[in-house]
Amino acid sequence: MNHGVEMGMNRTGMDMAPQLSDEMLENAQLPTPSGDEGALAQMRTDYIDVAEPLGSVPPPLSLKGAATAAMEMLKGHRPEVLLDKLSERLAFERTAVRLYDALIQKCLAVSPHADIPPLEELRAFRDEEARHLELVAAAVRGLGADPTTVSPCADTAAVSAMGVVQVLSDPRTTVAQCLQALLTAEAADNDGWLLLIKLADVLGLEDLVEQFQGALHHEDKHLEHVRLWLSEMVINEAMVI
Amino acid sequence: MSINLLSDKGVPLERQTFTWKELVPEPISKLNDDAFTRARIILMNGIESEALRFGHAAARMNRHLQPTLALVRRVEQHQQTLVNWLLSADHSPLETTIGYEQVAIEVTAHAAQREPDPYLAAVFRFGLLEDFDHLYRFAALLDRLEGKDANNILQSYTDIRPGRPTMVEHRHPLDDLRVPYDARKAHPLTRLHALTVTAGEHQAHDYYMTIGPQFADPVARQLYAEIASVEEQHVTQYESLCDPTETWLEKWLLHEAAEVYNYYSCVEYEGNPRIKAIWERFLEYELGHLQHVAELFKSVERRDPAEVLPEKVPPPVEYTSHRRFVREVLAREVDLRARGHELVPANREGPESPSVQYRNVLNREGSPSEMVAAGWVWRPGTELSGVVHIHGRMQ
Repeated sequence: MNHGVEMGMNRTGMDMAPQLSDEMLENAQLPTPSGDEGALAQMRTDYIDVAEPLGSVPPPLSLKGAATAAMEMLKGHRPEVLLDKLSERLAFERTAVRLYDALIQKCLAVSPHADIPPLEELRAFRDEEARHLELVAAAVRGLGADPTTVSPCADTAAVSAMGVVQVLSDPRTTVAQCLQALLTAEAADNDGWLLLIKLADVLGLEDLVEQFQGALHHEDKHLEHVRLWLSEMVINEAMVI
Repeated sequence: MSINLLSDKGVPLERQTFTWKELVPEPISKLNDDAFTRARIILMNGIESEALRFGHAAARMNRHLQPTLALVRRVEQHQQTLVNWLLSADHSPLETTIGYEQVAIEVTAHAAQREPDPYLAAVFRFGLLEDFDHLYRFAALLDRLEGKDANNILQSYTDIRPGRPTMVEHRHPLDDLRVPYDARKAHPLTRLHALTVTAGEHQAHDYYMTIGPQFADPVARQLYAEIASVEEQHVTQYESLCDPTETWLEKWLLHEAAEVYNYYSCVEYEGNPRIKAIWERFLEYELGHLQHVAELFKSVERRDPAEVLPEKVPPPVEYTSHRRFVREVLAREVDLRARGHELVPANREGPESPSVQYRNVLNREGSPSEMVAAGWVWRPGTELSGVVHIHGRMQ
């Protein structure tokens, strides 16, 4: 069981093998080949120029004849932008529940041998993420759209979260390493809600603004606590022999 | 440790069992374990993959062997799983790729130095310089895509510098075929080398074909497409070294002997006691397979396994840096090309050569391996360390 960072035989650095490294350094003295990263940039540009989008947002029922009150308010705007960001939040909250599940599991496994954040708070945060998921799903349904859809922004959010999932699900990582990874998720989540509230506001969807501000209040607390737990844990680890 | 290939019984097949938990052991540490521990895992995964591949091909052609092949193959499947699952999930696919190329270089360099047949030794040296170049190109990609130093994986055992340029490695398929050894005359080590190197290259090919499309970056996608194509050429080259007149059972016997030889090599060099115990266990399993097949060889073909195998296992694969040898080969043979079965100086490969025409078509819209490493030289801590970059250009 891994409780924290330790001194040991890390072999990645060159100082661990001085003789081999001296020979290795001869590679760095070779003449630099001609050219630069310009050709790479050009290749990437060529692909960007002809790239198709990741996918699309399906038309909500209101555009197929079953209008909703909320969707009526979006007339003259592009509802797919809001639906895309709602789908992103939905996907993110779903993953966030699983991230907290993984963290709680790890804390239970290492306790009482290692410091962990208060389990009751972790469980409360997990449940709040689950409620946010329902909140966004209801908002999507209210717009006559399908909450089971994976929109392009939901897809990119899931790709972004893959590294965080890997860190949280690795049995070898410490609670502090998991909190560090979770912090990136919570910071992105917090900003995601802020953006969603702004978007709902400019589109005149006051009910959604009010509901989403409740979620943002929770997320502020999550971010603040995860940041605090992480810093306390790292500082304690450094100070206690 | 002394192994007798003809008489050591190993663990009987019926006692070679696993649980799911055994198949998924604690992985190695990317940071703390020796690079050659990772290299052995990568190679043995390839050796087991080849055992499965061969077993399936044999079953499709030999109905009477299907039951016994099925029994052995299931164990090989689980051995491969356990070995491959030793790689930890913090390796990015590109970092694992660096490990694959290190295996190709160091294991082929060992084979080239110990190979008794001068023609096979020349072919190993020829292929070695191509994998050596792949390492350089992938190291450039790792630096320029992920901002990582490939030497964190290589641990200074293996040089990062250009070899035979990948863009000139593309050959007409008929220029990738070599002359096989003669099974009646070949030294046993020749046959083990050919199988080992073929297995490693086949696994590299399959790995690149699996992970290539997992990259979003078009440069990475093109580079994997290009190098996977060369790995297919290498499989074509190395498998053509094996005498095609060997019977199915003879080939099976050789496969099992190659597995014994390679697990024995792992045991001899492994420094991590937990991993060494796995190599020891699987060495005993493979001796069990070898004896099982040896009995079939006697009963079905009425032949003595001693016609095919030496009594004593050959000296192990040396898991050490072969830097000096590789540099010498690089200085001497980088400009070789292939023409039919022959390896010839580049100036003997005329513009009408099928390989030149073939590669001119493939490279006519640009070469990913050239683009990825343009202006790139390995530096400790990536090309970004100690150098000011402005808009992607070194100042």
